[in-house]
Amino acid sequence: METKDTKRVEKPFDFKANVIKALGNRQLRSNLKFAMGSMTAKRKALFSDTAAFEALRARGNAIRRRALLQLPELLEQLERKCTENGITVHWAETTDAANEIVLGILRDHGATRVVKGKSMVSEEMHLNRFLGDHGIESLETDLGEFIIQLDGETPSHIIVPAIHKNKQEIARTFHEKLPDTPYTEVVEELNAIARKTLRKKFYEGEVGLSGVNMAVAETGTLCLVENEGNGRMCTTVPPVHIAVMGIEKVVEKLSDVPPLLRLLTGSATGQLVTTYVNMITSPRKPGEKDGPREVHLILLDNGRSTILPDEKLRQTLQCIRCGTCLNHCPVYTRIGGHAYGFVYPGPIGKILTPQMEGLDRTSAIPTASTLCNACEEVCPVQIPIPDLIRRLRNESYDPDGSVCGHGVKRNLAETAVWKAWALVNRHRALNAVGTRMAGIFGPMLPRIGPLAEWTRSRNRPEFARKSLHDMAREEGISDE
Amino acid sequence: MNDTARERILGRLRKAVGQERTLPAVPPPPETPPLSRDDKIERLNTLMTAMRSEVHLVPRDAWVEKLKAILQEKGLTQMIYAPGTPIGDAVAAAWSEGEGGLPALRPYEQAVESFKEELFAIDAGITGTAGAVAETGALILWPDETEPRLISLVPAVHIAVLDADRIYDTLDEAVEKGGWAEGMPTNALLVSGPSKTADIELVLAFGVHGPKALVVLVLT
Amino acid sequence: MRQYPPKPEKAYFFGTCLVDMAYPKAGMAAIRLMQREGVRVIFPPEQSCCGQPAYNSGFPAEARQVAEKQMEIFDKPYPIVVPSGSCAGMMRHHYPKIFGNSPLRARAEAFSERVFEWSEFLVHVLDIQLEDRGAPMTVTWHSSCHAAREMGVIGDSKALIRKLKNVTLVELENEHQCCGFGGTFSVKQPEISEAMVEDKIEDIQQTGAAALLGGDCGCLMNITGAMAHRRIPITGHHLAEFIWERIHGD
Ligand code: SF4
Repeated sequence: METKDTKRVEKPFDFKANVIKALGNRQLRSNLKFAMGSMTAKRKALFSDTAAFEALRARGNAIRRRALLQLPELLEQLERKCTENGITVHWAETTDAANEIVLGILRDHGATRVVKGKSMVSEEMHLNRFLGDHGIESLETDLGEFIIQLDGETPSHIIVPAIHKNKQEIARTFHEKLPDTPYTEVVEELNAIARKTLRKKFYEGEVGLSGVNMAVAETGTLCLVENEGNGRMCTTVPPVHIAVMGIEKVVEKLSDVPPLLRLLTGSATGQLVTTYVNMITSPRKPGEKDGPREVHLILLDNGRSTILPDEKLRQTLQCIRCGTCLNHCPVYTRIGGHAYGFVYPGPIGKILTPQMEGLDRTSAIPTASTLCNACEEVCPVQIPIPDLIRRLRNESYDPDGSVCGHGVKRNLAETAVWKAWALVNRHRALNAVGTRMAGIFGPMLPRIGPLAEWTRSRNRPEFARKSLHDMAREEGISDE
Repeated sequence: MNDTARERILGRLRKAVGQERTLPAVPPPPETPPLSRDDKIERLNTLMTAMRSEVHLVPRDAWVEKLKAILQEKGLTQMIYAPGTPIGDAVAAAWSEGEGGLPALRPYEQAVESFKEELFAIDAGITGTAGAVAETGALILWPDETEPRLISLVPAVHIAVLDADRIYDTLDEAVEKGGWAEGMPTNALLVSGPSKTADIELVLAFGVHGPKALVVLVLT
Repeated sequence: MRQYPPKPEKAYFFGTCLVDMAYPKAGMAAIRLMQREGVRVIFPPEQSCCGQPAYNSGFPAEARQVAEKQMEIFDKPYPIVVPSGSCAGMMRHHYPKIFGNSPLRARAEAFSERVFEWSEFLVHVLDIQLEDRGAPMTVTWHSSCHAAREMGVIGDSKALIRKLKNVTLVELENEHQCCGFGGTFSVKQPEISEAMVEDKIEDIQQTGAAALLGGDCGCLMNITGAMAHRRIPITGHHLAEFIWERIHGD
C-alpha cells in the first residue's frame, strides 16, 4: 500500500513570503474588506442585545468546558449510543489513519464516486488529494468548496471558503472548467450552473461524506448545520454516509444543542438559524424507504488529545468553528486565509495550528497579531485567544515549554534583549540613562533591525530631550 | 489496529483530564414570558417569510383547497406524497384525476433504490411537520417509515403542513417538551426556508441544492 | 459597570515608558489637569514600565519582574492614574494573571483595583469641567484597542473632547479597528502593520479633521509617523496635551 505523508505541505512554509504576496493582491484586499465588513455587520445586528449575548455565550462556554472535561467518557458514550443505533464508529489517531479508514469503506463497496459536504476535518486530512491519488472522484458540493476545488485551491475561510474570489473570477472558472458553460457574472446564473452540475452527481454518488458540527453523547446524534441542502443530499441520497469528526466536537446532552446552535449560526453568518439543521441518529431503519443503509462515524484525534492536558491551552478545543474571529481579525482581513499556510487561518489558526503542527515550523504565525482583542470579544465560547497567543509566543522561546516545538527561538538575541530590558526597568539609574540616550542618540540611530522595519512606512519616532521623569522633578511634582 | 487506536486516544484523554475534575455548571436559559398562540404564529410567519418561505395561515378545514389553489398557480407537474400519513391521505382523498391545473400525485411507496430516477424528476413534495420553533422561525421535520426523508429535499417545491397548536416558543422547549432525548428518529430536521447560499460575493441566492421554494400551510 | 471612588486627596501618576521617552509634555499636561481639580499628584521617580512589551512578546517572567517592581513602588492606597488605555489595561487586567497562583496574586488584584485610565478618572472621579479658549476646529478620535476593549473608556475620552465647545468631533468610520501598532508586532510584521495603518489613515482623512487625538502614545507614534511619512498634514496629539492647550487658549 502506498503510504504518502499527506499532511505535509509541499513547499516549506514561509509566512513572510505569503504575507507579502497576499498584501500585493489589491483585488484580494478589496474582496476581503467588503466581505468581512458585511459579515461583521450581520452578526452585530443579530446579537444587538449585549446582555442576552453575554448570557448566551456564558452558557456556550460552560457547555464546551464541561464536555472537554468529560471527553473520554463522552466519547465512549457517543460510541455506545451510535453503535446501538446502528452507526459504525471508527477511531483514527492521525489523518493518514482516517484516510485509510475512508478508503477501506469505499473499497468494501467498490465505490469510486464520493460526494462531499463541507468539512474542515476533511481538509485536515487532505482527503480529496488522498482519494484522487487512489483513483476516486471526491467532489465538493458546497458551492464555495466546489468553486475552489475547480481551481485546485484550499478554503481561505472556514465558513465561506471562496470568499477571496469575486464573481468575475468565479465566472471565468466555471466557463473554463465546466463543459458547455457560457461566461456569466450573474450570481443567480452561476448558482444555477452549480445546481445543475451537482444534482447529477448527487444522483450518482455512491458514498456521501460530511463533517459534524456537534455530536450528542446522550443520544448518539450527529448535528450538521447548513444552508444549501448539499449536506442533506450527501447524507441522505447515497447508500453510504461517512461522517468525519474531530474528537472535541462531542457534547453531553441534546439540551446543549439549542444554545450552541444559536451561537454557531449567529456568529458564523448572522442567522437565527440556518436553512437546515440536520440531526442524524441512525442509518435507514427497517421499513424506511430512503437514507443511507450504512453510516460510519470516524473520530479523528490528530493532535487534539495532546492539547487537552494543559488547562489554559485546552480552551483552544472549545472552538465551535464559527469563523467569526476571522471576520473580526484585522490581520486576517488584510492577508486572507491562504497566507496562514495551514488549514485553519485567522485567530483560531494562530492558536490551533502551532499546537497541531508544532512551533518549529509555525512560530511565525502567533507573531501575526496585534493582540487587539477583537477575536476574544466576539468568540461565542469565550476562548481567550489573545492570552493563548501570548502563551504560544512564550512557548516559542521556552526550552521547558509543553507545546511541540517549544523553545525553537530560544537562541535568538531577543531573549537576551528582554532580560536586559527587565533589568533596566527595575533600576532607576539604568532606566534614566536609557531614556536619556534615546533622547540624545535616537535621531542618530542607524536604520537597521527593528528601526529599519519601523521606518519602511513611518518616520522615525522622536524621543524627547527631557523625559517626563526630568520634567516632573524640575516642576516639583511630589514624589512623596 | 483500530481498537488500539481507540485505546491510545482514550488513554491520552483520560490522563489529560485526570481524576479530579470540577465541572462548571451550565447557567439555565433565560426566563422569557411564554408567547401566546397568536404571537407564536406571528413570529414564525414573520421570520420564515423573511427567509423567503411562503407562509399561509389557513383554517383547519380549508387547507386542501388552499393547497390546490397554490399548486394551480405554480403550474407544477407532479407532486410526491407519503401514503399512510394524515397529510398524505388527506391529499390523496381530495385529488381527482385530471382536475384542472393540478400536478399528478405520486405516492412514495417503495425504497428509493427502485425509484430514484422518477423521484429526481418530480417537482413538488408535500409533508407534515412535527411542529415548529417560533423563536428562530423553523419547522421541525420528523421523517419516518411512512414519511421518507427525500420528499422534503429533492423536489423543487416543498410544501409543509403545520398544526398551529404545535408551535414551540424555543428549540430548548421543543427538545424538552417533545422528549427528544428519549428517542431521536433516524433524521430529525429543522427547516427555516428554501435552500440558499451566499458563497459568491455574499450575494444571497435561493434554490441551490435543496428546494427552491418552501410553502408552509399553517392550520389555525 | 465599574464603581468609582469619590475624589481623592492624593493620586499616583504612572507615566508609562513611552510618555516618559517620547511624549513627556502629554504626561505633564495630564498631571496638571489633575492638579487643577485639586488632587495632589504623586509621581514616584522609581517607576518605569508596566511590563506589557515583554508580556506581549512572550516573556512573562521578565514582565513579572518589572510588574512586581511597580507594585512595590505604588504601594500606598491611592488611585493609580495612567495616561494610556493599553498600560492601564495591562495593570488592571493582566497583573493578577501574570502572578498565577503565587502569593503575589492577591496583592496584584488589590493593586489592579486602584488602576484608572486617565480620561476615565477625569470623567468619573474628578467630574472635570472644561472651558475651551481655542479657535473652532475639527478633530477625530482614535482609541487604542485596549482602551476600548479592556478598559471600556472610549466613551469617556470622547466625552472629554465634547466638553470643548469649539471643537467638533467627527468619529472614525471604523473606530474599533486596530491601527496596526501592536508593540513588537509593528516591527515583526511590518508589512501587515503598514497595511493596517494605511487603512486607518484613509479613515482619518475621510473625517476631514485637522487633528487626530489619541489616548495611547503607541498608536499615536504609529499613525503620526505614517502620516508624516506620506506628508499628510494632519497633526496627532495626546488628549491631555490637547485639552491643556485648548483651555489655555492655544
Ligand atoms: S475560536 Fe471562537 S470565534 Fe474563532 S472559530 Fe472558534 S468559536 Fe468561533
